[in-house]
Amino acid sequence: MEQLDTPHVASELTPWDRVQRARHPQRPHTLDYVFALCEDFVELHGDRRFGDDAAIVGGMASFNGRTVMVLGHQKGSDTRENMRRNFGMPLPEGYRKAQRLMRHAEKFGIPVLCFVDTPGANPNKESEERGQGNAIAEGIQVMTTLRTPIIATVIGEGGSGGALAISVGDRILMQENSIYSVASPEAAASILWRDSARAPDASRALKLTAQDLLELEIIDEIITEPAGGAHLDAQAAINAAGERIAVHLEQVCALDLDTLLHERYAKYRSIGRFEEQQNVLLRV
Amino acid sequence: MKEFFRRTRKSFDSDQSAETVQIPDDLWVKCPSCRELIYRKELNDNLKVCPKCSHHMRMSAREWVGLLDVGSFSETDANLLPTDPLGFVTPDDTYANKLKKSQHRTGMTDAMLTGVGSINRMWIGIGVGDFSFMGASMGSVYGERLARAAEQAAKLNIPLLTINTSGGARQQEGVIALMQMAKVTMALSRLAEAGQPHIAVMIDPCYGGVTASYPSVADVIIAEPGANIGFAGKRLIEQIIRQKLPAGFQTAEFMLKNGMVDMVVSRSDLRDVLDRLLRHYNARSKPPVVQAQAEPELAGYAQGRA
Repeated sequence: MEQLDTPHVASELTPWDRVQRARHPQRPHTLDYVFALCEDFVELHGDRRFGDDAAIVGGMASFNGRTVMVLGHQKGSDTRENMRRNFGMPLPEGYRKAQRLMRHAEKFGIPVLCFVDTPGANPNKESEERGQGNAIAEGIQVMTTLRTPIIATVIGEGGSGGALAISVGDRILMQENSIYSVASPEAAASILWRDSARAPDASRALKLTAQDLLELEIIDEIITEPAGGAHLDAQAAINAAGERIAVHLEQVCALDLDTLLHERYAKYRSIGRFEEQQNVLLRV
Repeated sequence: MKEFFRRTRKSFDSDQSAETVQIPDDLWVKCPSCRELIYRKELNDNLKVCPKCSHHMRMSAREWVGLLDVGSFSETDANLLPTDPLGFVTPDDTYANKLKKSQHRTGMTDAMLTGVGSINRMWIGIGVGDFSFMGASMGSVYGERLARAAEQAAKLNIPLLTINTSGGARQQEGVIALMQMAKVTMALSRLAEAGQPHIAVMIDPCYGGVTASYPSVADVIIAEPGANIGFAGKRLIEQIIRQKLPAGFQTAEFMLKNGMVDMVVSRSDLRDVLDRLLRHYNARSKPPVVQAQAEPELAGYAQGRA
């Protein structure tokens, strides 16, 4: 950790270093962003079906002179809070709360700001019984056609489906030292390398850094962090993110809803790399 | 539906991927559940369901096409081929090489087979996963074929049937694979706008990113008896909670009990259930309320950036 704290030239960092920074316990979490960037935050609770999940927080707030719906994964900054928030790993009711708030935002024409910071959806017995798969799938489905702008910002870990369930948006922004991955490096290493200690190798192969994902045209922008990482100067990191979110928010709010939804469709519809062979025989 | 589309193996490539113990010339098959030896012809005639314990064995995507009217199926988007966008290498193997081997072994280009066909002369779009191709993991080709199938069904104004089995998103394609969950869900919104149903059949095994996306929000969800369906794998959950999971956890029946699927239907009844469902949708007296919006411009964003 000593080494990480000294300022580096960004390109010298390995993907594994980025993973460590993205997971750093002193890194600002969703509520830090909300309290620093927004005014008059009113937190809303519960999914109206089963319960309230502390791993996802959300509510209405005023950001940059506009009423917005903020929601995000919430990790704790100490052990006790992490236990309460389950390390930012939501249960199905967390995702259903998020969907309720998104529908709420749509109803009242409020844009949605999502903050992504989760190791993944909670894998336990109860979440399977209550339909974790369905909860994530519905989250994705709601966001594909939600008639209000959505901006997702990855502020730490973007862990697989558990992150995607609240990050299908008109813009996806990532902080310089955040990651977004199809599987955690440890899980990928234990499957593909048959050894979870090979996580540093897996983190390189998975192309999970913000720089990789910008290159792959998955995300829209990288938000720079203070030298050494967001955990060294939380306020500066939060302000930088706030500035960029504000710029993108104005852009998407300027579009009429049909154009917005058309662009969102095209954005996701075009993701994928494949070869399309032309069948010459059919043309003869 | 009696005879499946069977292909004879053309390659002599000795593949070490341990296939289930087979007795000379593939004549006899051992049921993995009750260990009964079954004559292969008899098993195929019984839709690969064990005649003794009615265990539903896995079928390839091409075998599943037998569910449709004989001769009605035509494949679409067979010309899409997978690539290796990340240059993914593990100590054992490269992704490019793994793809080649799987293609050789299965005769498929990727894990998803799509097309158009009919059930009792009612036309449907269809997408079937093939577990023997890299665990039917969802990558770019899987996603693109399915997205196109959904858009095409919307355009043709016909329902879409998906038969889903998967280990999840294909890790070798990284976040591109993860985003296929959103892409397919996007494309299915066109089908919903066209007022046509998406019927999903979940077969053994169905996990991860596939369970956590389009099949779980289908209009009707059907599961096969005994199929393992879930989000996180059983072993992972057991490791985390440090307990044995009860028998029957994450089975089709478990999903039914918890309200996650509409019904559990045995393979021999599936065609009949689909027939009844399709007739209900086709018999709607009024056109659906939601009208399809402007034609999706397929050409524009359907270009792969290989």
